[in-house]
Amino acid sequence: MLRPSIDSPTAYAPRSVSAWGRMPDLLSRIATERSDGAFRRLFEEFGPQIRHYMMRHGADAATAEELAQETLLAVWRKAAQYSAAKGTPATWMFSIARNLRIDRLRREVCWQELSDDVAEGTASEDAPPDATASERQRQARVQAALTALPDDQRNVVALAFIEGLPHHAIAERLSLPLGTVKSRLRLAYQKVRAALEDLK
Amino acid sequence: MNATIRHHPDTSTLMSFAAGALAEPLAAACSVHVSMCAQCRDELRDMELLGATLLGTEPTPGGRVAAPARPPDATLAERTSNERGGGSDPIASKYGLALDQIPWKRLAPGVWQHHLELSPGAQGELYFIKLAPGCRLPLHGHTGAELTVVLTGAFTDASGEFRRGDMQEIDKIEHQPVGDREEGCVCLVAAEGPYLLKG
Repeated sequence: MLRPSIDSPTAYAPRSVSAWGRMPDLLSRIATERSDGAFRRLFEEFGPQIRHYMMRHGADAATAEELAQETLLAVWRKAAQYSAAKGTPATWMFSIARNLRIDRLRREVCWQELSDDVAEGTASEDAPPDATASERQRQARVQAALTALPDDQRNVVALAFIEGLPHHAIAERLSLPLGTVKSRLRLAYQKVRAALEDLK
Repeated sequence: MNATIRHHPDTSTLMSFAAGALAEPLAAACSVHVSMCAQCRDELRDMELLGATLLGTEPTPGGRVAAPARPPDATLAERTSNERGGGSDPIASKYGLALDQIPWKRLAPGVWQHHLELSPGAQGELYFIKLAPGCRLPLHGHTGAELTVVLTGAFTDASGEFRRGDMQEIDKIEHQPVGDREEGCVCLVAAEGPYLLKG
């Protein structure tokens, strides 16, 4: 079912595919093999980036390490329940990291459900025949769209997603009117949406 | 969930929600709207993919994250949030509170309110408000963003009619919502800052 696949080249082909682009394959290996090797590779490939994410949010090195471990252990534990019908694996891992961050670093109730929880019983259960390929393609499209964003839009998006800043804090940081911050976020999303349009 | 939802959060608000950058009460209101709105769930998924991709393209920092020597046993699958008994209603799953159990406090004739407790240190306010049929809230303004999700019934103000699942997003404006003539309404309101009541 989860066979290796080859992306067809598209106009959106990214310059380089990050480790996150290989996530679908790794996750299907984790879910099926449950091998020590897949477990170690999960930590090697994604650990540093998740720790970095936590540190950008103000975690000290020890806490960031711990939160990265917790994120990856959750991925490992839940991988068997994961199916490609539930969304992109990288999206899923991002959600887990984000929720742990809100829960632990902000010490607030986390209101964002994980993608797989929300999808339960609402999204179509009919997985496309080659979901892994299509998810990988979606991710490649998004990566290309992000690369093509003007710097001013990409900066605003990065401050929201990587540093978790609310609109008014982004406005202060960049000395911009609040309305400009909001319109840049909207524009950036529209471009990502457009890049995915024909894959819907 | 069958009726069409016509009013959604602004794209920039949903982006912040996906990023985990919204203040707790605003995130709660978004979460309730999203649980009722397939369109926003779909958009949220794309926004999370954007976040994941962005995180993946950050310059890779050096160092390693230590993995436990052996993978933990995974035969006991994690329980998902759906199994916590809340189903798809985020308020019920977080607070264990159903709409017919809200301990209302009367604010004015035909107007009731109930505040929900936020995490220590969280900014803003989160509360339910109930309007009796045809009753109106006093004219008021806001000091920051306010998100309102209609849970039952409907309300109307100068900007239009809001029905079950609809979200109204307002920012520093004055308005005077009126409950639906027949059903009134129950809404969840999230405010970034305090009210400015007008005489």
